[in-house]
Amino acid sequence: MEILIPILSAAIRSGTPILYATLGEILTEKAGVLNLGLEGLMLLGAFSGFSATMVTGNPWVGLAAAVCVGMAVSALHAFLCVTMGANQVVSGLAITMFGTGMSALLGKAYVGETIRGLGILPVPLLAKVPLLGPVLFNHDPLVYLSYVLVGLTCWFISSTRWGLTLRAVGENPRAVDAAGLSVARLRYAYTMVGGGLAALGGAYLSVVYTQMWVEMMTAGRGWIAVALVIFGIWNPLRAAFGSYLFGGVGALQLRIQAAGTTVPAPLLLMLPYILTIVVLVGISVRKGKGILLGAPASLGQPFHREERD
Amino acid sequence: MESGKQQPLVQMLGITKSFASVKANRGINFDVFPGEVHTLLGENGAGKSTLMNILNGLYQPDAGSIRVKGAECRFSSPREAIAAGIGMVHQHFMLVPVLTVWENLVMGLPDLKAVLPKREVIRKIGELSGRYGLDVEPEAQVWQLSVGEQQRVEILKMLYRNAEVLVLDEPTSVLTPQEVRRLFDTICQMTAEGHGVVFISHKLDEVMEISDRITILRSGEVVETLPGPMATREMLAEKMVGRKIVFAVDKAVLNPGDTVLEAEGICALNDRGLPAIRNLSLSIRQGEILGIAGIAGNGQKELCEALVGLRPIQFGRVLLRGKDMTGRKPMDFLRAGVSYIPADRKGTGLVGAMNLRENFALKNFWRKPYAKGPFLSWESIAGETGRIVERFGVSAPGLGIPVRNLSGGNQQRLMLGRELSGTPDLIVAMQPTWGLDVGATEFVRDQLLRQRERGAAILLVSEDLEEVLALSDRLAVIHKGEIMGMVEDPRSASEEELGLMMAGIRRETAIEGEKGR
Ligand SMILES: Nc1ncnc2c1ncn2[C@@H]1O[C@H](COP(=O)(O)OP(=O)(O)OP(=O)(O)O)[C@@H](O)[C@H]1O
Ligand SMILES: [Mg+2]
Repeated sequence: MEILIPILSAAIRSGTPILYATLGEILTEKAGVLNLGLEGLMLLGAFSGFSATMVTGNPWVGLAAAVCVGMAVSALHAFLCVTMGANQVVSGLAITMFGTGMSALLGKAYVGETIRGLGILPVPLLAKVPLLGPVLFNHDPLVYLSYVLVGLTCWFISSTRWGLTLRAVGENPRAVDAAGLSVARLRYAYTMVGGGLAALGGAYLSVVYTQMWVEMMTAGRGWIAVALVIFGIWNPLRAAFGSYLFGGVGALQLRIQAAGTTVPAPLLLMLPYILTIVVLVGISVRKGKGILLGAPASLGQPFHREERD
Repeated sequence: MESGKQQPLVQMLGITKSFASVKANRGINFDVFPGEVHTLLGENGAGKSTLMNILNGLYQPDAGSIRVKGAECRFSSPREAIAAGIGMVHQHFMLVPVLTVWENLVMGLPDLKAVLPKREVIRKIGELSGRYGLDVEPEAQVWQLSVGEQQRVEILKMLYRNAEVLVLDEPTSVLTPQEVRRLFDTICQMTAEGHGVVFISHKLDEVMEISDRITILRSGEVVETLPGPMATREMLAEKMVGRKIVFAVDKAVLNPGDTVLEAEGICALNDRGLPAIRNLSLSIRQGEILGIAGIAGNGQKELCEALVGLRPIQFGRVLLRGKDMTGRKPMDFLRAGVSYIPADRKGTGLVGAMNLRENFALKNFWRKPYAKGPFLSWESIAGETGRIVERFGVSAPGLGIPVRNLSGGNQQRLMLGRELSGTPDLIVAMQPTWGLDVGATEFVRDQLLRQRERGAAILLVSEDLEEVLALSDRLAVIHKGEIMGMVEDPRSASEEELGLMMAGIRRETAIEGEKGR
């Protein structure tokens, strides 16, 4: 039992950046917009969070800056997809390429620098609970914020009027339009919220997790988040489970390496990614057997009022 | 309706609207008074839906104005229209299938509480349902509902928003006769309370029954507005189409030839994996129309799909001209000369984003002269598509436009043209006249009869009892995937007997029941 605690705790920490991105993408996709720019948005978030923290000395300012950058760049995605009706896959890939290149270019000067990011802040009382305490409540504030966000998003989607329109616009934008709401405005809003959360996930990596800036430091986490949305069938709780599973396998793999084995390190490094592929294949097979999956029906399709379908 | 004394609820003046080269509406004047049913009648593509979409704020008119209770209004979105008291139930529903009924009802309401007030909403739904006879289960998800129930949800949605004018675009084309009666009761209840109703339908009997006034459109223009009680079937049809329409079906007496299709004890599942067809047997001979009557959702779609190879058969066999086709691919059925006219023209029938030529090629790409080795001969495809467009009277600005831009009826004509233009051995037709105007309905029935005379075997599935009775040589009634009885001479069958079979009482018992009384 004891040896599980550090692994589980590490699973939470390394799963958190992915969780932010996944939550963001769930909101975006629920609105019917596919954003494959997550990887780029996370990198931009990681870079801008790091640099803003370094300049101001305040990690919270860094995180806020990352969110702003994420929202701004995803607004561009929304403009291309919603206003211009561009292909969402192409636009998303372009955002990823842009984010990768831009963060690498601007980040050159910051490689090797260190900052004082967010530290651990155990939750009073709760952290003392055996087992649960050290696993769940001995972390930095962003981890706690992510717990709150998961619950909040679930409640928001299922029980509020805004959540209702969010579910509707991704399923049948015509119905939302006929009900007199602006499909474009909703899609802009949720694309930007999603982008902001993805960038926050990226900033978590640089400002909290490693407290440094490395080119391409997200290492495909943005793509994993895209996969986890499907794994979580657009449900925040399941997405959280997926993120921690991915984080846990990563942490476990590190420990196996540290313990010294004959298995080559690159193979171990591949583990979390292989897991993702296996899970996705498993889900698709089940889908073939007629299980209703939660994919929003209008995902990826632009909406034009006067065009018939 | 004494139109002179009251103020109209809405008034549309000089409405004009074009789509690219199509003039859908030209200077149309239209109004609705409190407590009346004003019907819009016109051929497919006459511009009825377009006019109502303008009233609903979905489309912007190129010219003309709208007045609500005398005050000039411009609706830039449906929200503004509904705020002014105008609600519309579209030809294709605007519901969100994965949401529940009550969620669909309140979605987008401007004064909705932040946390969804579920109990309150359900209570209000109960009130409205009771008042207008619109029963639905508020907590059911919309995809679980029958089409008739979904329509009730749409109407409730508008009443919930206090619509004073309710536009119903072809509401009855998807309903069973019983459901139509219920809808008419609801409409009467609404007009009695001072609502105005705009009704669109191609079924003249319904139009004459329910309308206070009728406005006839032809090619985007008003032909005439006349009081409902004065109208006759023949007169309406003639004004609408511009020529006389023959309503009686004139069917040649034929001696059926060899058996073309035989189904032996077939079983098939529906999309949810539940049994939809149970141990069903039937056979059709050359020059014979076998009608299948029944209430929607009793396995008709599954039966048709199983017979054309689109749905796997669990047990039993399908024979075409004595050859076992069980388990063969749809392409094999196509090559064996099977034509299929599905009920959902937008799903299985046509691809909305493809143009007319491509949609024709979809079912003919494999045969000469449309295929030249591995290549398509666009020339002969365009040639034949052009002929179909002409012969079946598809009104389209060109062969190169996406079919989703055609009016519903014109899409149907195109699909029928594709399926009926060759020399198929077997035609499986589901609701072939769905959404067609009287002229086109006459034409399609005529085409089916001609194919019959040519020697095709035809399976005609329709919820329109009148249609199957008029066209079929033999008639089977389907209920829950089983055949309740076979009527050898449909013209002599009593509607009551058929009604009993449609409700699930087997033929023998049904007849005994009749005798017993
Ligand atoms: N969004 C659109 N884009 C292009 N053309 C359109 C569009 N909507 C309608 N049209 C064209 O306008 C004409 C009128 O169409 P409309 O849908 O109003 O006919 P309708 O009277 O409702 O016919 P139906 O009885 O078949 O439903 C048709 O020729 C149609 O092709
Ligand atoms: Mg129409």
